[in-house]
Amino acid sequence: MGNIASVANMIKKVGGSCEISDNPDTVRKAKCLIIPGVGSFDHGISELHRRGLFTAIQDAAQNDISILGICLGMQLLGNNSEEGKLKGLSLIDADFVKFNFEGKSQLRIPHVGWNNVTTLLDNPLIPFDNDEKRFYFTHSYHAICNKQSECLLTTNYGYSFTSAFSSGRIFGVQFHPEKSHRFGMELIRRFIAL
Amino acid sequence: MLKNRVIPSLLLKNGGLVKTTKFSKPTYVGDPINAIKIFNDKEVDELMVLDIVASKQGRDPDYHMIEMFASECFMPLCYGGGIKSIEQAGTLFSLGVEKLTIQTSALIDLDLIAGIAARYGNQSVVVSIDVKKSYFGDYQMYSSANEKVIKRNWLGFLNQAIEAGAGEILINAVDRDGTLSGMDLKLIGEASKESTVPLIAAGGVGSLNDIKLAVHAGANAIAVGAFFVYHGPHRAVLISYPKYKELENLFKEI
Repeated sequence: MGNIASVANMIKKVGGSCEISDNPDTVRKAKCLIIPGVGSFDHGISELHRRGLFTAIQDAAQNDISILGICLGMQLLGNNSEEGKLKGLSLIDADFVKFNFEGKSQLRIPHVGWNNVTTLLDNPLIPFDNDEKRFYFTHSYHAICNKQSECLLTTNYGYSFTSAFSSGRIFGVQFHPEKSHRFGMELIRRFIAL
Repeated sequence: MLKNRVIPSLLLKNGGLVKTTKFSKPTYVGDPINAIKIFNDKEVDELMVLDIVASKQGRDPDYHMIEMFASECFMPLCYGGGIKSIEQAGTLFSLGVEKLTIQTSALIDLDLIAGIAARYGNQSVVVSIDVKKSYFGDYQMYSSANEKVIKRNWLGFLNQAIEAGAGEILINAVDRDGTLSGMDLKLIGEASKESTVPLIAAGGVGSLNDIKLAVHAGANAIAVGAFFVYHGPHRAVLISYPKYKELENLFKEI
């Protein structure tokens, strides 16, 4: 599922270690989990089912293992997506919809490039401070949180959308920290230290 | 707010870094790994690496070298050159490449673009279109692998590529390549009018102002070759990239 090599590379860079695995038992016993991914929603979900990872990730969440979903990985954590028909992991109460500017804007889809984030809730990954933070985005769908208290970060593209959410030890980020220079490095460093 | 991307574009030929002028006269400018490390340290927005002879030689991408590149890039890496199949695309993604730029195979059949987009998402595939001006000033599509103008409407092809699943379009003005003489703003404007996906413009950047003008003309991102590789009138090789603040100020005025 795409950018796994880049994520592993970033973890190594910040002094961590990781195992790339599609083994459900390894997933259940992990210290923390990162679910990367690019591609389509249904393809992602069906691949999780095919490898027995769908329930393994839900079990990991039950056992309080920290989870970080990146890009498609974030979308898989939600309930569902306009992009597909399959049900998501439902670990965070959010639905994914396609950017819709209702003809008011000439903005192009996908949303590709560097954009800023605004921290709504203080959190261990991107705490409040005054430094500008920018991350690399590439996506056409974004989250709508059903619980406002789970929306961590917002980003503006045509309108303000949820660029990160969390519930307990489960986090999802729409951007690619593994491809966001020192800004992403800091986030990954903080996540593996949780 | 989304920032306009400024993307160093590096050309590979037989393992070395080269720079062309109007798509010919490739001149050796150094070791690609070294250049990529420098661009990584300069926190560039994104990096594009194009193997300009892979398709001509009908060979596979140099996976070993691309893997080394990817491990030095903490920003998105886009690779192009010699991609003919979904399997090759899969291998490249597994090495840590985020996006593929495809021209030669797309000209033959857009099914490859559709296949990659379906499996890896639209954001993972960029279709590259080279355009060369005719003697009369008309824009003509150009095939870089065959070094020939092709009889096909370039705007029609742009639309078909997007339809097939291209997540971005790279438009390259062949006559401006390596000249540092400014971008073809009319070409960028025409492409921008048609494109519903992000547009990367290439060819001719010789100053920061050229980048600004291209964004003004409708480009979402600008790919830059010679301007970031050469320094001074004698074209001494010196890798550079504007500071973040400089770019921020540049785009603030738009």
